[in-house]
Amino acid sequence: MTPGSATASATAPDADAFVIESPGRRAWRRLRRRPAAMASLVVVLVIVACALLAPWIAPYDPTAQSWSAVRQAPSAAHWLGTDEVGRDVLSRVIWGARASLAAGVISVLIAMAAGIPLGLLAGYVGGWTDGVLGRVTDAMLAIPFLILAIALAAFLGPNLTNAMIAIGVTATPIFIRLTRGQVLAARSEEWVEAARAVGNPHWRIALRHVLPNVLPPILVQATLTIATAVIAEASLSFLGLGQQPPMPSWGSMLNSAQRFLAQAPWMAVFPGLAIFVTVLAFNVLGDGLRDALDPKGK
Amino acid sequence: MLQLIGKRLAQLVPTLFFVSVLIFSLQHLMPGDPALVMAGEERDPVVIEQIRKQYGLDQPIPVQYAMWIGKVLAGDLGESMRLKVPVSELVAQKLPVTIQLAVMAMLIALVLGVATGVLSAVKRNSAWDWVVNVVGLAGISTPNFWLGIMMILLFAVHLGWLPASGYVSPFEDLQRSLATTIMPAFVLGTAIAGVIMRHTRSAMIQALDSDYVRTARAKGLSERTVVWKHAMRNALTPVITLGALEFGTLLSGAVLTEQIFSIPGFGKLIVDAVFNRDYAVVQGVVLVTATTYIVLNLLADIGYILANPRLRS
Amino acid sequence: MRRMVLAAALATATLGLSAAGASAQTTVRIGLAEDPDVLDPSLGRTYVGRIVFASLCDKLFDIDANLDIVPQLAVSHETSDDGLSLTIRLREGVTFHDGTPMDAEAVKYSLDRHRTMEGSFRRGELSIVENVEVVDPLTVRLALKSPFAPLLATLTDRSGMIVSPAAAEAAGDQFGTNPVCAGPFQFVERVQQDRIVLEKFDDYWNADAIDVDRVEFRPIPDSTVRLANLQSGELDLIERALATDIPTIEADADLVLESTTELGYQGMTINVANGEGATGPLAESPLVRQALNLAIDRAALNQVVFDGAFFPGNQWVNPQNAWYQDAYPVPARDVEKAKALIAEAGVATPIVVDFMVPNNPEVRQVAEVIQAMAAEAGFDMQIRVVEFATGLQEAEAGRFGAFMLAWSGRPDPDGNIYSFAHSTGPLNYGKFASEAVDAALTQARTATTQEGRMQAYSDVADVWLTEGSVLYLYHRAVLIAHTKAMQGYTPRPDGLVNLVGVTME
Repeated sequence: MTPGSATASATAPDADAFVIESPGRRAWRRLRRRPAAMASLVVVLVIVACALLAPWIAPYDPTAQSWSAVRQAPSAAHWLGTDEVGRDVLSRVIWGARASLAAGVISVLIAMAAGIPLGLLAGYVGGWTDGVLGRVTDAMLAIPFLILAIALAAFLGPNLTNAMIAIGVTATPIFIRLTRGQVLAARSEEWVEAARAVGNPHWRIALRHVLPNVLPPILVQATLTIATAVIAEASLSFLGLGQQPPMPSWGSMLNSAQRFLAQAPWMAVFPGLAIFVTVLAFNVLGDGLRDALDPKGK
Repeated sequence: MLQLIGKRLAQLVPTLFFVSVLIFSLQHLMPGDPALVMAGEERDPVVIEQIRKQYGLDQPIPVQYAMWIGKVLAGDLGESMRLKVPVSELVAQKLPVTIQLAVMAMLIALVLGVATGVLSAVKRNSAWDWVVNVVGLAGISTPNFWLGIMMILLFAVHLGWLPASGYVSPFEDLQRSLATTIMPAFVLGTAIAGVIMRHTRSAMIQALDSDYVRTARAKGLSERTVVWKHAMRNALTPVITLGALEFGTLLSGAVLTEQIFSIPGFGKLIVDAVFNRDYAVVQGVVLVTATTYIVLNLLADIGYILANPRLRS
Repeated sequence: MRRMVLAAALATATLGLSAAGASAQTTVRIGLAEDPDVLDPSLGRTYVGRIVFASLCDKLFDIDANLDIVPQLAVSHETSDDGLSLTIRLREGVTFHDGTPMDAEAVKYSLDRHRTMEGSFRRGELSIVENVEVVDPLTVRLALKSPFAPLLATLTDRSGMIVSPAAAEAAGDQFGTNPVCAGPFQFVERVQQDRIVLEKFDDYWNADAIDVDRVEFRPIPDSTVRLANLQSGELDLIERALATDIPTIEADADLVLESTTELGYQGMTINVANGEGATGPLAESPLVRQALNLAIDRAALNQVVFDGAFFPGNQWVNPQNAWYQDAYPVPARDVEKAKALIAEAGVATPIVVDFMVPNNPEVRQVAEVIQAMAAEAGFDMQIRVVEFATGLQEAEAGRFGAFMLAWSGRPDPDGNIYSFAHSTGPLNYGKFASEAVDAALTQARTATTQEGRMQAYSDVADVWLTEGSVLYLYHRAVLIAHTKAMQGYTPRPDGLVNLVGVTME
């Protein structure tokens, strides 16, 4: 996050001059050495598998109501209990992984896809472009995240896809700003100046020299934004702007559970835990990636 | 230095212009007619037409924007359609409440976040690091409204230590004021503490690995001096910037938290206004919020420059 | 807090007490489910606002426990034989909160304000009134354009609230920021979304019945938090408790639950002729609408969503109401018959319906249960949750197949049916049109006898309940919970909070 330290001039030339293994391979090698990161990777993969295999692993139909078994506590038949219309909570948590994961990951991908190029552009081109982008970014960041998301989602129409777009657009400015800041810092580094001095074209410098150096903080931000996005999806579902009934998302489950906290806490506990575990896994993984991708690390 | 601040101040104008255009157009893109919403059950077409006329809703959108921005420039934020109260009065009522909540939340977040962040950076890859990380992440990972309700059930209903909701001004009764705001401030604070912790940690790690810290160590300075004086100073710079950025998150978080705790602040005001399509209130409040946020950012930038001598030249 | 023994004893002591100091003040803190809108009887339009008005502004007439109309600021009334004029005799010696007298001039001023003020939502309710005439200082006469049976009932609500002309004239459309009426409590302050404070009005005409010194209304939208506040002693009374919280309230030895059947209903509006949404078998065929009606198990719905605390219904008034049409009892579920009706209509299943549902967790749950029930008869109800503002516009524009719609209810049946079923009614979102229904609804307004009106509504039911555009589902129980320390609470039939006769221990 800080503008480059004095070590940069000593380490950076390795990247170009003495490439022994690709950065990706090196990162993977380093990541494998971190048990927490590997554990979180496994958790993320399990959640992804749940989402993909939901039709086969969920014990019940997530939308099948049973009016004689409303708000029942966890039991052998329903491991995580039943909800307010007698649906199996476990099955809904498994199916809910689809909506929540999609909302978290896709919206962040949208934000990155839009934010990183714009940030590179602003940081690298500078001048008038930077000025306008900077002001629009400032304006978007200055409006509370949820208000912007609510307005966008209401405008686009209530469904999960539109909620993802709304969250993605809302999260874009933070990536523009972060990328731009990193680019500015990297640009002033001696090795970038050196690359420019030997006649490398701008795009080549931007892609080969600047981008790899700005990625680690962006990855850290991306993992944190997945957390925000999953919770933003929960909030939007609560407001009727996310997943539509009867299909579940963890957010909408939490919101129907809200009325029954005293009588049926399991309805809130398990989707809450699912959000928690997912977010935690993404964060720990991102953290591991950050260290593994750090060009200065061992 | 002064020149830079001047430049940033000059940037305020286009930024606020974009804010006003953004919020105005988004609001008018949202489906829903304020006059219909206002009428609710009392759907009398004649009266609805009267209301449209009264508030200029029958004018073309650009005209409405011009009318609004003209009034704003003259210092008039307009009137709430729903409550028939000037927006400036609503702002004056709510701003102190949200500022109190935000400052308390930020204090909680900074104390928790910086302390744990430094701890986990210094004890990197130890059990401490891991525990701090998980606890910090728990704060980020828990939806605000859920944590809020859980706290109410525990501290207000089961233990009876704190009032379940409501708000008392500190000028009325300081102790009760703290009692009513501590839970929402904590809910908001924990969400940000995790973010601050993570950034403090990564900045501290970078700082601790840097040459000047190595030099300081080589000079034989005590580890405590190295950590708290040399590394900390550099590491705090991004944390300050982030703190200002997170004020936006705080306001977003306040949206649902204020709802749960019935805190009559900005967050609750905006959400109610958005759902009621109370245009003047949404526009006015967002404009004030955005200005506050931008000024805070400016202050953070100045702090950044002051803390980072290299950037001063 | 000081124990108050008898209301009568208190009344004589009141002046002395308030002079003696604040220590003996009794305050009632009420938790509201929403933040009220503007506190101006002409401009108000929410149910929650009416809860505040009930303590703030007295009306010409009121309703008693049996929904009969009784005088409040009036003492008597007389309708002319041709039904074209209503003479109202006013109570003597009543003053507004600002000390000015409540007289015939004030009544004329208030009614004219309701009728003509820009943006007044009372305009429609009082449009039948041709003019208001001051006969003598305590008598007014309303000339009507045609006979109108529901008029007195209208005057038991906001249209009958009398405001201080001096205060209203001075404040204009800002009157709601400092309302001055003639109710038992006067306005002190309002902090938006935080609290509304009223205090006892010592010169109230019925001051003997008022024992509470101060009332604080606090909007707390989250029902869990509202109940938690009541349990922890931060509130004395909450309105609209959740049906699913009844066991919690009943298990709490310090709380009392009051339950009344609402005057309104929850129903499903079917789009039969309104724009692009009015396509498909449900819009086109009354048989298919009857099939949907039979596919719904109202008892099970009530049991699953509301723990059986609400009341299944099938008409615009609840089954206990005097205007209920006994010829059309609440239907039992009959999926086979529903399927047969669909077959008779010659329609292929599944019948896809765009099912618009307002964003309220309870209503959403109702919609999900209906979705499952209707599926068994061959309907594919595709739920589309919309926030309030969007829903209104979509309903207006006809972009829905079916729409979950609640009505808060009025004491006179006309208020529950006319606007919804008449071809020109503003709340007729499905654009149902039937000359027979229109004629019968008008007949019910102009008929001068109870029997005549009942017959007219029976004619409405014959068409409306078999081919109409609203499927009535249930009537909510208006649940009010208060602490045991609050004594003498009597529920009102309209569900509003009643502080007359209440004492605090």
